[in-house]
Amino acid sequence: MSKGLLQYLTATVLRMMALLIAVTMLSFFLVHNAPMDPVDAFLGEVTVSEEQRAQIAEHWGLNRSPVEQYLIWVNNTLHGDMGESLTFHEPVTKVLGERFRASLLLMGTAWILSGVLGMILGIIAGVYKDRWPDRIIKTFSLLLASTPVFWIGLLVLMVFAVELQWFPLGLAVPIGKVESDVTWLERLHHLVLPALTLSITGIANIVLHTRQKLIDVMESEYVLFARARGESLKELVLRHGLRNIALPAVTLQFASISELFGGSVLAERVFSYPGLGSTAVVAGMHADAPLLIGIALFSALFVFAGNLTANILYGVIDPQIREGGGIDG
Amino acid sequence: MDRDILLDVRHLSVGFESYNAKVEKVFFNAISDLNLTVHKGEIVAIVGSSGSGKSLLAHAVMNILPDNARTGGQMFYKGEELTPDVMNRLRGHEIAFIPQSVAFLDPLMQVGDQVVGTLGEKARGLQQKAFSHFGLKQQVANLYPFQLSGGMARRVLLSTSYVTETEMIIADEPTPGLDLKIAIEALRDFRVQADQGKGVILITHDIDLALNVADKIAIFYDGRVVETADTQTFRGDGQGLKHPYSQALFHALPQNGFNLPRCPKCGATCATWNVDEKGMRCGCGNS
Repeated sequence: MSKGLLQYLTATVLRMMALLIAVTMLSFFLVHNAPMDPVDAFLGEVTVSEEQRAQIAEHWGLNRSPVEQYLIWVNNTLHGDMGESLTFHEPVTKVLGERFRASLLLMGTAWILSGVLGMILGIIAGVYKDRWPDRIIKTFSLLLASTPVFWIGLLVLMVFAVELQWFPLGLAVPIGKVESDVTWLERLHHLVLPALTLSITGIANIVLHTRQKLIDVMESEYVLFARARGESLKELVLRHGLRNIALPAVTLQFASISELFGGSVLAERVFSYPGLGSTAVVAGMHADAPLLIGIALFSALFVFAGNLTANILYGVIDPQIREGGGIDG
Repeated sequence: MDRDILLDVRHLSVGFESYNAKVEKVFFNAISDLNLTVHKGEIVAIVGSSGSGKSLLAHAVMNILPDNARTGGQMFYKGEELTPDVMNRLRGHEIAFIPQSVAFLDPLMQVGDQVVGTLGEKARGLQQKAFSHFGLKQQVANLYPFQLSGGMARRVLLSTSYVTETEMIIADEPTPGLDLKIAIEALRDFRVQADQGKGVILITHDIDLALNVADKIAIFYDGRVVETADTQTFRGDGQGLKHPYSQALFHALPQNGFNLPRCPKCGATCATWNVDEKGMRCGCGNS
């Protein structure tokens, strides 16, 4: 058992390292070949002489070969220095830390909301397969699944922020307020719309998968037998349905983290929410290579951690993985 | 009406509606015009080859056919018409079904809890009694289906009919996978229960086993019962059997010489016989 565990851990760490190397190399390659000059992006409107430009390039090591640049970056990163963001003039690690906290709140809320709502709606649809609750939920989900996040975001903004004026138009805190004066209620108030938008887009997938899985379970032979033993529909769903859709639900929920990450870039953009997603856009627009690569690295790590958690939870929940063989009776 | 009749199945038909590759509705008839009567205190064995629709008969009686199944005919239980509503009330209490494989157990639930089912903790003692009755260790209750051997799973399934006061048991292939001792024990059990006045339908492809324990044997072929005969008729020379298929089956038994039916015209011993209620004809076209 412990030997297997050790093997598993080694393999996981190796896979993670391979993933991180691949992601950083790829993003480095992309940034390097992007039609944007970091010096121009850095200077913006400021005009300087050619000599000064060359000095800046020299200072950043832009005159070295890309391989060399990459290796320097790797070496620094391993020593905890991910460079300085060109746009924010702060260390990348600090920017990542701050922005991620805002994003985590947004994504976490959306993640839980879409997971819980998606599961509930999926179960209702599965139980009432082909009847009207199912039809409504299914149509709704298919509609949502084919709707882009930013469009929903705009729609939500128009309805709740512009027309009804229930929620603010954007940002994570009220404008013109000192950070320390912002209350939790205000943060929550600003969080509602982006979180709603982000969860709406995640729901469809979870509803449709949960529905299908529950239908499969309800048509299984063990539910057949449970029915033959007099269990009611409610008992069938509660005793066998939930139990058997739990595993796929966990996988789905953790796999949705990567989608959530992608969605958050758009949702944060629409709501000017200062999270990791909108920071990625800013970094891209300003050819902020250190920050961009930092974000890529961090996102990969985050998604990897999500999938890893799902794998570990699997071992905890599924008795077929948890308890190897049986005993002879 | 005979007061001792427990279950009376009249002209039962079961078919399935589905869509073919051209998305046309097609109908497949699995059981047609099936008649079967089970009295109190009687074990009726339904004997037929695999895929002849024996399990479907059990599922039809238990009202657990899939949604696309269409049934016809009538069923009566103790003189009362066995409508789906009546069945839903009776199953799990008066009528017990013993399915044929471990796939009928929830893979993620400990088997002890499954035997207890929705009866609550008061049935826990009965479950423990049933386990010791079938030679299962009490720890088996804490195992999941994937941890059971075929024989253990079978005994767990048998135990499910022990936790309620049943009047009728429908057992679908209850013995394969059991060692001979347990198999005989299980069958003897059905006998004991029948002798207490219960009715038992024993679905099997093992005619020898059926002969050992059943009162009546219904020969099942291609979705219909071709003949129902007392077990006695299968002893001796088998002259009491009326239908050629039953006779052929009788003569094919090891103790009766392993003889396969031969077509008088083409001389083949092949399996391509067309059987209906009147008789059987060889696939060569001659009779």
